[in-house]
Amino acid sequence: MAHSNAFPRFREPTVIPGFGLTFGLTLTWLAVIVLIPISALLLKATSISLDEFLNILLAQRTLNALKLSFGLSFLAAVVNVFFGLTVAWALTRYEFPGRRLADAIVDIPFALPTAVAGIALASLYSPHGWLGSFLAPLGIKVAFTPLGILIALIFVGLPFVVRTVQPVLADLDPELEQAAASLGASRWQTLTRVVLPSLLPAILTGFALAFARAVGEYGSVIFIAGNIPNVSEIAPLLIIIRLEEFRFADATAIATIMLAAAFVMLLVINRLQRWTEVRG
Amino acid sequence: MALTEVRNDQEELGEYDPGEIYAPRRIRSRVVRVSTEPFLVRFAIVAAALAFLGLFIVLPLIAVFVQAFSKGFSTYIKALTDPDALSAIKLTLIVAFASVTLNLFFGVAAAWAVTKFRFPGKTLLLTLIDLPFSVSPVVAGLLFVLLFGLQGLLGPWLAEHNIKILFALPAIVLATMFVTFPFVARELIPLMQEQGTAEEEAAVSLGASGWATFLRVTLPNIKWALLYGILLCNARAMGEFGAVSVVSGHIRGETNTMPLHIEILYNEYQFAAAFAVASLLAMLALVTLVLKTALERKLERKSR
Repeated sequence: MAHSNAFPRFREPTVIPGFGLTFGLTLTWLAVIVLIPISALLLKATSISLDEFLNILLAQRTLNALKLSFGLSFLAAVVNVFFGLTVAWALTRYEFPGRRLADAIVDIPFALPTAVAGIALASLYSPHGWLGSFLAPLGIKVAFTPLGILIALIFVGLPFVVRTVQPVLADLDPELEQAAASLGASRWQTLTRVVLPSLLPAILTGFALAFARAVGEYGSVIFIAGNIPNVSEIAPLLIIIRLEEFRFADATAIATIMLAAAFVMLLVINRLQRWTEVRG
Repeated sequence: MALTEVRNDQEELGEYDPGEIYAPRRIRSRVVRVSTEPFLVRFAIVAAALAFLGLFIVLPLIAVFVQAFSKGFSTYIKALTDPDALSAIKLTLIVAFASVTLNLFFGVAAAWAVTKFRFPGKTLLLTLIDLPFSVSPVVAGLLFVLLFGLQGLLGPWLAEHNIKILFALPAIVLATMFVTFPFVARELIPLMQEQGTAEEEAAVSLGASGWATFLRVTLPNIKWALLYGILLCNARAMGEFGAVSVVSGHIRGETNTMPLHIEILYNEYQFAAAFAVASLLAMLALVTLVLKTALERKLERKSR
């Protein structure tokens, strides 16, 4: 059998066959779908001179798009931490009618295609939409403004915070809170000094996941954003615009920055998840 | 007894987090009763949570269905039976079937390699498998344009040999595979790691072939998780928009998937038709959630 000595010293011995086959398939799959395409981007990026690269990134329109994408993603993740905590707390701590349904609803942004969410939000918040028509008389414009983008990013990021905090909150030892209370802590002190610190790794993980997802988000944003250059144009859209203008170097430079950011976020998230596990 | 001990030994293998973070599951929906908040505070928190969910999540979903039928049932049917819509539905089904099948095949292979053997570089391999989760779909699409486009790495060679990948089915499938890359593997790896290698070792020692071991010993243990991975992978594959949008070329009736068709209709102000097609995808999402909840119950019961 081919498996027995495919990598004699590479892996530790076992009687289970199939290492050569499955490891080979995995590497091939990874190479074809992920590694080779990413190398194509990096190769293209190295063909751009440093001056040109900086010129592209420091152009006002690029800077504004990047600022908008990262800034609003950060804001959306902050909002999601607050509401996500509230939702997770209500779902794990209180019994109320419709709790199981509410629990299932949290996953809808994971399952609903982004384009569907995008047109639904755009129609809700348009000046004639169900919500937009309420907000318009108050002078609040949502559609075609950064506020609209923020709402779309809150939508896509919400499940991340809820789903990372929920299991930790459920597994939190009730005796800790009882001990704090019996030692004379007020409920508020117990929450801020006992519960919140235990949840911190999970909260940060949820925050990072929601942020990472929001930075790259495209489908749910572009319909509500209005896509006005320098005002409501997100970085992923600018990549597509540059591509359609055949400005490949521009598209590549912006994409390289976003890929680097994705990689950093992935490493941070891995760290945070390990921290969550140790704490949990 | 001995079997349990071996299994416990395997647990230290768990350098891969079973956090199920990107598509979390098996969160036991139970209530912890230690809170002493007064009724009014409890009521306010629950009301705030429900108001938030209702406003941000349920309302958009309802809007999809209301808008879809806003011009009447006949417009709805007409929008769905339009030739371009039908070809978009057909393409979406083909792309989802192809990418899910391929990712399933490789996902199982990756899970087997990672969980049944110890080798150096495993953490790196797992990080690379996770990478597509944090890459923007638009960047994912761009990767394939730079690889297969005329200005790209392989483009000139492909054009010379008359092979069409970009702006055609192959690139759409590849881009979809990229964004759904980790789904199956990520569902299987934590579970298979938890289950260890004792049963497979026993089967092989008793003379079973590798295939027989997989089919008769491993597969029954992982079938629900496998279905779960397929379900999530399929939902994402059918709904993928950004990556496909970049590589498809938007050729009407040829390379438009359902989400792209929705975009075109919406931008042409055919709102009712756009929402009609969108309602199909929204139903897919709802069915996915119902099946997911059912599978979670099964997985939860098994793990107890």
